[in-house]
Amino acid sequence: MLHMPPARGTPPVLLIGLPSLAAILAALASLFIGPAGIPVADSLAALSGHGDPIVRAILFELRLPRVALGLLVGAMLGAGGASLQGYLRNPLAEPSVLGASNAAALGAVVALYFGLAQAHPMALPLLAILAALAALAPLFGLAGRSESPLGLILAGIAVATLAGAGISLALNLSPNPFAAMEIMSWLLGSLEDRTPQHVWLAAPCIAVGLALLLWDGRALDALTLGEDSARTLGIDLRRVRVRMLIGLAVGVGGAVAVSGAIGFVGLIVPHLVRPFTDRRPSSVLIPSTIAGAALLTAADVAVRLIPTNAPLKLGVVTAFLGVPVFVFHLVRERRLW
Amino acid sequence: MVTIRIEALDVALGDRRVLAGIDTEMTGGGLIGVIGPNGAGKSTLARAMLGLLKPLSGRVLLDGAEVGTLRPADRARTIAYLPQGQTLHWPLSVERLVALGRMPHLAPFSRLSAADTAAIEAAMAATGTLDLRTRDATELSGGERARVMLARALAVEAQALIADEPLASLDPSHQMEMMELLAERARAGTLVVVVLHDLTMAARFCDRLLLLSQGRLMADGSPDTVLTDAALAEVYGITAWRGTAGGTPLLVPLGRS
Repeated sequence: MLHMPPARGTPPVLLIGLPSLAAILAALASLFIGPAGIPVADSLAALSGHGDPIVRAILFELRLPRVALGLLVGAMLGAGGASLQGYLRNPLAEPSVLGASNAAALGAVVALYFGLAQAHPMALPLLAILAALAALAPLFGLAGRSESPLGLILAGIAVATLAGAGISLALNLSPNPFAAMEIMSWLLGSLEDRTPQHVWLAAPCIAVGLALLLWDGRALDALTLGEDSARTLGIDLRRVRVRMLIGLAVGVGGAVAVSGAIGFVGLIVPHLVRPFTDRRPSSVLIPSTIAGAALLTAADVAVRLIPTNAPLKLGVVTAFLGVPVFVFHLVRERRLW
Repeated sequence: MVTIRIEALDVALGDRRVLAGIDTEMTGGGLIGVIGPNGAGKSTLARAMLGLLKPLSGRVLLDGAEVGTLRPADRARTIAYLPQGQTLHWPLSVERLVALGRMPHLAPFSRLSAADTAAIEAAMAATGTLDLRTRDATELSGGERARVMLARALAVEAQALIADEPLASLDPSHQMEMMELLAERARAGTLVVVVLHDLTMAARFCDRLLLLSQGRLMADGSPDTVLTDAALAEVYGITAWRGTAGGTPLLVPLGRS
């Protein structure tokens, strides 16, 4: 997709390389830092298949899934934000702003509430995906009919609010405080106590989501000129729309099913990356995917390092970290897009 | 050379019939202007010719093949489009923007070939935008912007180009420059169709005019035969002065009849 050296902006090698380096460092930190306080030497021994079996269990059963999920979910959110902003030609677009994350969370809550999640392990991701699809489909229909981004954002807020109301209803009617607590924790977003099963659940969904979203970089570039022009450049917008819709619903649904709703990553990451690119939506896609993975994994390390009484939830930290960074960039770069 | 044939074309937008019974054929070699009052269906005709609108009935044929049934990339390589008031949603550099015109020629995930780069350079040279290469396309003046957008459309190197009101918001000098560029292309063999509001420009630069009124094709021919007093009175409700200045034929709207 980066088919020309940028006329301005960072060379592609750095644009991919720096976020990759950050992602690797964050992943290593996430692997070696945790409440068990295992020395790095012991961790290395365990990773190479030797050492204390308990340490090995902690690393392989607890920390490694957490690292993998941080990278996967972060990548999905970064790619989702970048491609939605490109597709809708709107720097405010993001899965959580448009209600997809909330809707997926509602799907997850429904699965938990009615005990479907216990009945079958696939019920939770499936419902999350279906709910995300149900939230995004009308928005995409609306986007096809008007060039104005405002109607879409308003509709997104309506969908997000409706999903939020559904979640509140579930909390309101929840049979006992424990059920309410479990629902709440999905909404705050977390990667704590995840098992390898969670990875196997999320990875295929996110892989499908990423593949579908990264496929259409060129169509997003054409959409820079609006829908009519994109079509006269040979873009089959109906197919692009279907790929985006399924990619986002499956990817975000799969991500939310294992991590809960984590906001802001998809909004902020493309904005952090874009000033270093030539501003084509396609050149923001891959760096955003990698930077999203790095950011979420780093935030998940921060969750463990900040000393609090109750364990901090990841979604809370991404919001606290993300918003100031976002505002700083808004002020510094008067034009971000 | 490409031929666009329009057969008994009816187009409706929502419940409103916008075009009715349009029959014509267009080929390259001379600049073709589409004129008519506001709401006559000019832009709709342009969009129907590009396959952006599905006809209610009738057909638009591109070298004998129905435009709606062509593969999107094939159609895009054959007809380029310069839309009215082109919006640009991200601040791409001029070079990047013009390069978007090569999209119909690119295989998925491939890089720009030497031919693509040559087409981009040629389009920028033809429109005098080479110096703007690294500028933000969102920060150009109206005249620069219009030329860059034309370069984007020319970079497609299509056999046909449809330009919808390319003169809007241009000063007189840039208007004439735009018309000269389009006429030059047309006389070099490209099928160039331009939707115009300015009758003076239409009379001066076009070799053939299509006059639309309330969705119908009222007249089709050379500017002399189309822009008659009777047609101007009937379609636009105006009278006009005709004359020449330095050998240039002029038509100036005078008053409302």
